[in-house]
Amino acid sequence: MSAYVVRRVISMIILLLLLTLVVFILFSLLPADPARLTCGKGCTPAVLEANRHKLGLDLPVIQQYWEFMKGLFVGRIYAADSPDPVVCNAPCLGYSFKRGEEVLVLIKDRLPATIWLALGAFILWLAAGISVGVYAALRRGRWQDKTVMGISLAGYSLPSFFLGLMAIFFIVIRLQLLPYPSYVSPFENPIQFFQTMLLPWIVLAILYAAFYMRLTRNQMLEVLGEDYIRTARAKGLPERIVIRKHALRAGLTPIVTAAGLDLAGLLGGAIITESIFSLPGLGSLAVNSVNDADLPVIVGITLVTATFIIVANLIVDLLYAVIDPRVRLVS
Amino acid sequence: MTEYSNLRRAFLEVSDLSVQFPTEDGIVRAVDGVSFSIERGQTLAIVGESGSGKSVTAQAVMGLINKRNADVSGQVIFDGEDLVAMSDEDLRKLRGNKMSMIFQDPMSSLHPFYRIGDQLTEAINAHQKVSKTDARDRAIEMLHKVGIPLPAKRFDDYPHQFSGGMRQRVMIAMALINSPSLLIADEPTTALDVTVQAQIIELISQLQREFDTAVILITHDLGIVADVADEVAVMYGARVVEHGAVDDIFYHPQMPYTLGLLASVPRLTQVRSDRLDPIPGNPPSPLRLPTGCVFQPRCVYQDEVVGDLCRTQRPDLESVGPGHEVRCHLPAAKRQAAAEVALAALGRSSS
Repeated sequence: MSAYVVRRVISMIILLLLLTLVVFILFSLLPADPARLTCGKGCTPAVLEANRHKLGLDLPVIQQYWEFMKGLFVGRIYAADSPDPVVCNAPCLGYSFKRGEEVLVLIKDRLPATIWLALGAFILWLAAGISVGVYAALRRGRWQDKTVMGISLAGYSLPSFFLGLMAIFFIVIRLQLLPYPSYVSPFENPIQFFQTMLLPWIVLAILYAAFYMRLTRNQMLEVLGEDYIRTARAKGLPERIVIRKHALRAGLTPIVTAAGLDLAGLLGGAIITESIFSLPGLGSLAVNSVNDADLPVIVGITLVTATFIIVANLIVDLLYAVIDPRVRLVS
Repeated sequence: MTEYSNLRRAFLEVSDLSVQFPTEDGIVRAVDGVSFSIERGQTLAIVGESGSGKSVTAQAVMGLINKRNADVSGQVIFDGEDLVAMSDEDLRKLRGNKMSMIFQDPMSSLHPFYRIGDQLTEAINAHQKVSKTDARDRAIEMLHKVGIPLPAKRFDDYPHQFSGGMRQRVMIAMALINSPSLLIADEPTTALDVTVQAQIIELISQLQREFDTAVILITHDLGIVADVADEVAVMYGARVVEHGAVDDIFYHPQMPYTLGLLASVPRLTQVRSDRLDPIPGNPPSPLRLPTGCVFQPRCVYQDEVVGDLCRTQRPDLESVGPGHEVRCHLPAAKRQAAAEVALAALGRSSS
């Protein structure tokens, strides 16, 4: 098992290295010129060239990549030969001249809002999706099942920008049940935090819960037809143990995979939901950076998001082994 | 039934049991008026081809048919109580306790995620309050009894660490762990290697003697039936078509379907060039059972019955000897003649 973990971690690191290379090359192919964007109105070719040198954009792509990788481990000094060098300490994910800030600092500032949003929605949608999915499966084909599945289809079809805008319009503006969303850290002002996060959590959770209801229902229906469920009933186990202990655990496996990857994806920023509720998260940072062609920030966010997904993949695979003892043998 | 009222009831008495599943295509009659009885220590074999209603009969006795999806009628009197009329909760208390069941495929009948020991002790704890160590001791003793080597060590293993035969032994241990008085074995050897089959059957017989268990053995392996059964019920098209002591069925069969079943078993003494004698045609769909005799569409003797009775009228189970009943319109003399021809072809005489 531990050898398996080591192997997986090594391949994960290799994957991340390859990923940085691909991201870097892709972005260097973009037609936008970041140096031009840092130059402003009174731009002269001399200033442009100076900025390009400052950003290290006058180097070949491979050398830029090397500088970037070196920066990750030992830090980096931009425009070392100019009178005002910019120091970016290790681990340096790059420096945004547009915002005058290290990329890592920018991401660190935005990460909490994104993490809170993702975690809250995750808990809501898992709780709702799994419990309602099991309920529907146990009442398969009856009106409760049909109602729940109908609602789930509706929830699945509603785009989050529509749901989000409706929520703000009715709950915040019309009924004034909640104040207008304004993000604060939960450690600073927990009440305002919950008031702000409640709607985004629900809006984001509805979309995912709809999918998890269907997934759980179908998974449960499949497992309930298994021979070992019949064995459990033949043993005289109470139905609630048959469902909770025998059926749910077996049905959970694909749900764990989907949940892990969905959560990781959300940690890269829920762009629409963050924008609607003006949450200062990674998603809104990414949108702004794309608009500004702020390359270093985009590269940084891409790498962070990809890392989340790759790590989540590893965790999901390790969880598999915890859930299903047969997986332990294979490794 | 009134003629039996002054007699002692059998330990398990199934009378006029029917199971119907309403589906979108119509009503599926999986079991249609099945009756049989069995005493403790005895073995009743239910034989018949796939889809004849054997397994559904067994599951109906165990109360494993979901009453929401199916209509179960008739009576199943088990030790004086009617299981069909019983509440789900009372049935649950009997299942795995006074009556239990083992299934066809041991590979899929054990939960892949839980240790064998956990699955065994769970069966104990479902019915009695015992300490953890007592349950463990009992489970290990049972594993030992069904012939699992190093039971204390294997207790903590997962199902995938056992072979098919060993898993079926675990299933048997689980079924017998609360010393049930009725065991239903639904094709317990079908999924196993031939060499293992005999061991499993021997194990069931041996534990049956030890616990004085009534065993209902569902199978299509007539060799096993001849070895262990006291009585045989032949099922076809959701009904019992012939029922009798094992010798009646093997040496004095009366129903054309039983004859066909016996003729379709390969024999070592058979000349190579002789083809097996399968019964022509296919079993009827449970959605559209024939109106008359269920076997009529495949029966070669139907023309010997006057008045097209086989097609129009459902035959009753008719007593043809002590404890021997047949559901057939053929006159007794013609049935016997047919049986003699068939048995002669098998190289046996019906004496």
